[in-house]
Amino acid sequence: MHMADALVSPAVGGTMWAATAGTTALACRRVRQGLDDRRVPLMGVLGSFVFAAQMVNFQVPGTGSSGHLGGALLLAILLGPHAAFVVVTSVLAIQALFFGDGGLLALGCNAFNIGFFPAFVAYPLVYRPLAGPGAGPGRRTAASLLAAATGLCLGAFGVVLETTASGITELPFRLFLGAMVPIHLAIAVVEGLATAAVVGFVLKVRPDVVEPGPAAPTPTSRLGAVFLAAALVLGGFVSWFASRQPDGLEWSIAKVTGRPATAEENAGRAATTLAGIGGGLATLVLVGGAGWALRRR
Amino acid sequence: MSHHLVIADRLHFRYPDGTPALTGASFRIAHGESVGIVGANGAGKSTLLMHLNGTLLPDSGEVRIGEEPLTPDRIPDVRRRVGMIFQDPDDQLFMPTVRDDVAFGPLNMGLPPGEVEARVTAALRRTGIEELAARPPHRLSGGEKRRAAIASVLAMSPDVLVLDEPSAGLDPHGRRALIGLLREFTHTKIVATHDLDLVLDLCERTIVLDRGTVRADGKTREIFADEPLLASCRLEKPLSMQGHWGRS
Amino acid sequence: MSRIAGAIVHFGALDTLSASGTPLHRLDPRAKVVTTLAFAAAVASFGKYAVLPLLPFALFPVALASAGGVPFGLLGRRLLLALPFVVLVGALNPVLDRMPVSLGPFAVAGGWMSFTSILLRFVLTVSAALVLVAVTGFHEVCAALGRLGVPRPLVTQLLVLHRYLFVLLEEAGRMERARSLRTFGGRGRGLPASGAFLGTLLLRTWGRAERIHFSMLARGFDGVLRFERPLRFGAAAVLFTSGWIALFLAFRLVDVPRLLGSFLAAAAP
Repeated sequence: MHMADALVSPAVGGTMWAATAGTTALACRRVRQGLDDRRVPLMGVLGSFVFAAQMVNFQVPGTGSSGHLGGALLLAILLGPHAAFVVVTSVLAIQALFFGDGGLLALGCNAFNIGFFPAFVAYPLVYRPLAGPGAGPGRRTAASLLAAATGLCLGAFGVVLETTASGITELPFRLFLGAMVPIHLAIAVVEGLATAAVVGFVLKVRPDVVEPGPAAPTPTSRLGAVFLAAALVLGGFVSWFASRQPDGLEWSIAKVTGRPATAEENAGRAATTLAGIGGGLATLVLVGGAGWALRRR
Repeated sequence: MSHHLVIADRLHFRYPDGTPALTGASFRIAHGESVGIVGANGAGKSTLLMHLNGTLLPDSGEVRIGEEPLTPDRIPDVRRRVGMIFQDPDDQLFMPTVRDDVAFGPLNMGLPPGEVEARVTAALRRTGIEELAARPPHRLSGGEKRRAAIASVLAMSPDVLVLDEPSAGLDPHGRRALIGLLREFTHTKIVATHDLDLVLDLCERTIVLDRGTVRADGKTREIFADEPLLASCRLEKPLSMQGHWGRS
Repeated sequence: MSRIAGAIVHFGALDTLSASGTPLHRLDPRAKVVTTLAFAAAVASFGKYAVLPLLPFALFPVALASAGGVPFGLLGRRLLLALPFVVLVGALNPVLDRMPVSLGPFAVAGGWMSFTSILLRFVLTVSAALVLVAVTGFHEVCAALGRLGVPRPLVTQLLVLHRYLFVLLEEAGRMERARSLRTFGGRGRGLPASGAFLGTLLLRTWGRAERIHFSMLARGFDGVLRFERPLRFGAAAVLFTSGWIALFLAFRLVDVPRLLGSFLAAAAP
């Protein structure tokens, strides 16, 4: 699920932007070092493919509902983690700019939740070890399911952390997490099965696409370091925000309870609030007028 | 101008999955000739074209552009001299705007900015699409896309133009306009197509390809009049030569 | 209309808008990208109960949309389509936060204020992003990103992705149409069929990438897409950027509606 700008505070958005910028720089360097110029068109059209594939609904077995492919895990299988991360980030940027899914400030959060976890955690640490070259369909499906679950649950966890740390919604951390994890497990079933189905189909028709030989092994130590750093950053800003969290609440309590107001004070406050609402309407009228004037030119 | 020769000498090529695509194709095309390469699906037309600019290298036999054989170290030079226009213009127009796309080749050739600009303008003017320069390719009609693809190759000033199914996906008007445009070029032209009427309009010479080898090579009208030959290669006489539907 | 058809229409509409040549379109794209980011950060920086102080910020998308000829209907439709997640996350606010906040003679649950705030932030930030593309053009946005230091592979990726979005959406749309003609009551829409469907689309995409690569090589591709735009950060761009950012700061520091309101109240008898 996409984080929206409306739910993100500048500090959380900024932190996640920084984390994504760092990962992007690393991933781009790796892609360039690959010196495989086939990748330029391949990554581009696979981005368009994921975009289009997300719009193709299919029925989820055993339920009446429908789902669609997310694509991050599939991209990691096809391209490896670094290129997959770059592709997912580009898809998210287009979704934010053209379709209002997510947002500019939330782009860092989204790239991390939707791109980083599947590409740099689920794929190398879950999918690859389980579904090595020559794995059968059953094993591949199991690996896809587990990897999708890992990636999506970590992503959901990211959404919950970022939302809570931003402090714009009231959803308590536990309740939100409790709602998000089951939803994302359900999505993961769809994602895992769909990924396995696509990989299975492609393996039958053009095996060279899915198994491009032994991919350059991602140094696990380096990966672990990246992950650790990410966790530290996440943990750091979460605790920082947790400590600041009461601010908003205190403000409202102080404002509303405080001491019992006298009738006079009450009337005064009502007057200022009414003035505020009038002012708000006036603001909108002014904004509308400005737009009208600009349009008439 | 013998250095504009295009020679294929006993080309053999097999795809990695084992499918034989070329089985000894040979021909020789001189400067300024306009040659149609016809053949049914799977006859090896596209594979042959990809050998002409070194996209594929033959398993045995050789391609010569000019007098020298096409060896891996000559590929950059050959790709500048042999301009390849692909079947689906969407595959060829990959840059954000028509202008960017036409400039792609000249920029890769390392030309100075002024020269790039001059070539882009000239290519756009020659194909009659100057006013489309700033458009993104997905906002073009089929015919406009085809012109843009041709412009993108012309900007590299090739000696030889190679076209793969240039009339595919064009309406009759677009097709007619394309033929007019191609007629204007004095380049050596090699046109691979199913559209035998196009060949009849454009090429005085035709090479018939069948199962990876040259079955016939001669004057277009003579070859298209040879119905048994065409039938054995799974081809049909062009409509304009089938008396009862004759076009004016 | 199917989702794919809807996406094609919307995408085409934004694309057409971005090709028009208003003075705003001609402004250096870096100015518009930086200003829009500053806008999003400014809007996000308010406390969770902020409703009134956010209102003046509507000036930015409204002014840009108006100067750039972007119809509000287009923005409205997209906002509605993107809304669900925000509503989902914000909808419980009124239930969870019952702390009364006085609103004139009435008291409302604080949750209603914060929920309204979320919706407002959503409308502001999403419309600003859509307007950015509509008055700048995606290629210019990418050029700006490149010049602002975004790594080249990502910029190239964005450009190629955008170029083939239409092509792939149309291809998927055709396949989807063909499939829907042959599926009845959900049969043929299950997972195995869908795996084959998406797998076929993937292989076609892969084949296309190979053909594009060939055509790139045929024109001397050496691994770098040369995409240069002569950008000039002129006086207009400086004025635009600094003017708007100053205004955002002012809106952030001064509660304009409250100020206006007190003026109005003072003026009223």
